Amino acid sequence: MSGSSGSIFDPASPEAQAITHLFVITLWICAAIFAVVAGLVGYCLARYRQREEADDPAQTAGNKRLEVVWTVVPFCIVLVLFGLTAQAMEKSDPAPEPGEPDLVITGHQWWWEIRSPKLGYVAANEFHIPVGERLSIRLDSTDVLHEFWVPRLTRKMTAVPHAGNHVWLRADKPGVYQGVCSEFCGTQHAWMRLIVVAEPREKFDAWVRTQQQPAAVVTSGDAARGRDLFRELTCVNCHAIQGVGGKSNAGPDLTHLAGRQMLGAGVVPNTPENLRRWLTDPQQIKPGALMPNFNLSPSRRDQLLAYFSTLQ
Amino acid sequence: MEALVQAAPGSHETHAAPKRSWLFTRPTAKTGIVSWLTTVDHKRIGLLYAISALFFFLVGGFEALLIRVQLAVPNNTFITHQTYNEMFTMHATTMIFLAVMPLSAAFFNYIMPLQIGARDVAFPRLNGFAFWVFIAGAIILNIGWFVKSGAPDAGWFGYAPLTSKAYSNQFGGDMSTDLWVMGLQILGVSSVVGSLNFIVTIINLRAPGMTMMRLPVFTWMTLVTAFLIILSFPAITIALVELMMDRSFDSNFFEAANGGLPILWQHLFWIFGHPEVYILILPAMGIISEIFPTFSRKPLFGYPIIVFSGACIGFLGFGVWSHHMFTTGMGSVATAAFSLMTMAIAVPTGVKIFNWIGTLWGGHLKMRTPMMFALGFIWMFMFGGFSGIMHSAAPADAQQQDSYFVVAHFHYVLIGGSVFALLAGIHYWFPLVFGRKVSEFWGKLSFWIIFVGFNVTFFPMHFLGLNGMPRRTAVYDGNMGWNDANLVSTIGAFILAIGVGVYFFVMIYTYFKGEKSGRDPWDGRTLEWALPTPPPEHNFDVIPTIHARDAFWYEKHHQREISREQAVHAKEEESHGGIHMPSQSWFPIVAASGLLIGSIFFVNHIYAGAIAGGALMVLGIYFWAAEGPGGYHVDPAGHDDGSHGKH
Repeated sequence: MSGSSGSIFDPASPEAQAITHLFVITLWICAAIFAVVAGLVGYCLARYRQREEADDPAQTAGNKRLEVVWTVVPFCIVLVLFGLTAQAMEKSDPAPEPGEPDLVITGHQWWWEIRSPKLGYVAANEFHIPVGERLSIRLDSTDVLHEFWVPRLTRKMTAVPHAGNHVWLRADKPGVYQGVCSEFCGTQHAWMRLIVVAEPREKFDAWVRTQQQPAAVVTSGDAARGRDLFRELTCVNCHAIQGVGGKSNAGPDLTHLAGRQMLGAGVVPNTPENLRRWLTDPQQIKPGALMPNFNLSPSRRDQLLAYFSTLQ
Repeated sequence: MEALVQAAPGSHETHAAPKRSWLFTRPTAKTGIVSWLTTVDHKRIGLLYAISALFFFLVGGFEALLIRVQLAVPNNTFITHQTYNEMFTMHATTMIFLAVMPLSAAFFNYIMPLQIGARDVAFPRLNGFAFWVFIAGAIILNIGWFVKSGAPDAGWFGYAPLTSKAYSNQFGGDMSTDLWVMGLQILGVSSVVGSLNFIVTIINLRAPGMTMMRLPVFTWMTLVTAFLIILSFPAITIALVELMMDRSFDSNFFEAANGGLPILWQHLFWIFGHPEVYILILPAMGIISEIFPTFSRKPLFGYPIIVFSGACIGFLGFGVWSHHMFTTGMGSVATAAFSLMTMAIAVPTGVKIFNWIGTLWGGHLKMRTPMMFALGFIWMFMFGGFSGIMHSAAPADAQQQDSYFVVAHFHYVLIGGSVFALLAGIHYWFPLVFGRKVSEFWGKLSFWIIFVGFNVTFFPMHFLGLNGMPRRTAVYDGNMGWNDANLVSTIGAFILAIGVGVYFFVMIYTYFKGEKSGRDPWDGRTLEWALPTPPPEHNFDVIPTIHARDAFWYEKHHQREISREQAVHAKEEESHGGIHMPSQSWFPIVAASGLLIGSIFFVNHIYAGAIAGGALMVLGIYFWAAEGPGGYHVDPAGHDDGSHGKH
């Protein structure tokens, strides 16, 4: 995974670029005003420090003309700034277009569900997008408020249950973009990250084809016993594996679990060892996560692990 | 209206009841614990507010240090996620409602009546009630630390539906959110009661000649703030009552799963929450507007426009709440409108800053400690103002919202702004209240440590936010590029803590052993400096007559005229039987404790106990009405007439 966070100074889409542009202009305007004000205060401090025993200074109570000037000038600056803001609003967040969105991203305590109504795949916490194409995203939540934020790609937007908020998502350069839930959403708010991988169209199509596949078929050995355990134990009450069972989206879809970079929405890398720790006791890794400790016997745990490792 | 009675002191004496039952015997202790529990003296109540607020300032600061220790290094396990969430929730709630607001209230109480030439506030017992209700609210908010369910942990903003039973009481028995809901409602009662008192006082109890446009700016800002409080608290009270109904009686205002509207909470909360920001900053601006003229030895530059700007900020403050909601999907028209309104607030704020500079310009600047803090205020508040302008531009805010950039912004406004001004105010009025002066060396040292520590803590947070670090996260990965800034920030927090420690230590030392200051040590301009230090219970021997805006400055320059006038007025007052003072009373604290008891039962869903607590409160208020205004006389030489409770 990429080793850097998302800086808004390194935008990778026209939408994010428009925001950075506005921010930088505002920064310069503020810096100019700061220089003037700081200069005036500095001058006063240097020039008017009391010479002890001096007479009282002139008791000036105001100056109408000056006061009008320093009311009108800021007002004009505000109008300019508002013009720039309106422009940036248009560029950074164009009105949504009617029709089905490309992706529906749903916040859960504490992970992201990504569904593509058009291409028919389901992913969790990680998804790929084709470089240079603007995707329409609808945000939803199944519980509390969450907030979708991929700093280098787009503005943030709250995921409100049933509100259907909209955001555009595009990356002009291939790369791995870090995202995060930025609205406080409960105990494990810190571990509700997401990863957006932007790649050329062909690679993206290949990824989609993988995601559209049902789970790999296993016929014998530990893996097959693991698959049966997935059905028999309560796993299927919360998780789904396409082609095997489970309809609930209370927990992430596991159809392509082994293909993901991270576990627990960013808390640890998805290695066999970490997955073993997770199955042993999720609460040790992500305290407060809604998956309880099932106290699996080591043999059952390893059978499940053997099965999960086939879910590429 | 006890204190109003002093306008016609002769009239009430005919109502004197010959016998009073023990229940209505007014306490008369002038020292000791009873005198503090039953006090109606605005100066004592001001001190009670100040001490409680400073205590909670330290508590909130301690919570902040725990937060900074946790964030010092990536993936830290110093405290758990759950504890971290409690810490940032209680840090914000404590600092806003239990530290900065009551510290402002301390100044309103102590200073404002002195500035307008009054002998007390309009409703002295109500003033006591407001303070004891504040204590009740503070207890309710903090009680969670000592019980199993823990302290409130849903954020000081309590966004629905995280506060609903489904998410903050899944397994039953978690009353932390109930404590938060109840605590804030009680604090709202205290604030509204106190504010009504201040408004009536400022409107009705000004000394003769103290026209509205001669009011000291601090008093003006008290008035504006009080109006903001009584107009904005109803909005949050409605929201809190609705949430309480959701949690206690399964109504459905905010739970989206059942068709409620979580965004409605945000509108109600911020209709209160944004004016609240000005409730925190306007008193600070008032204090600054007193300090600059005094230490520049010049009148405030452009007094009318400073007053008007303060009022204007208050008005605009009610029209910008949705700039806290730019990322909730309000649509472009609402977003643009709130963006423009928010930018507009920069105009009156800028005007104030330019007028303060106008005050410095051509003055004789005395660089005393209060002046240092006031100048620090200008610099730091400007920084906060600029980042404020940056996220008033809605698209920019769509990146900054809920990131550390916002954390940096409001700490610059609330520490660099409000807290610096309040610390300046403590230094400034300390000689008036205690008759001792803080050593300049130690005062300035504490200023510089606080100033440096504050900037080292909060300046790096701008970069953290712009580099994508979200707020309210208990841990972060080490490969995000956030490590250095977080460590620097934590080091800064400890420097800041040392500065605050020095500040407090110096204050305590000065209280006991500081250099005696005598009357009017700063060559003050406003009326409170006319008083001996500490001011007597009745404040003014003779109610002054006001001839000019800087009333005391005028007195000092027209001494002969003033002393002639005062002699005439002294004779008049004497012919009314001396100075009428309000009697102490038990009932404010009795009524407030009824509220406390009832609330504790309510959050535990023991409704019979809640009703009993409510009954105690109603009884307290009833007896308070029944015991009558009371009062006794003091003659200007300072001997009271021994007629406690007999009038």
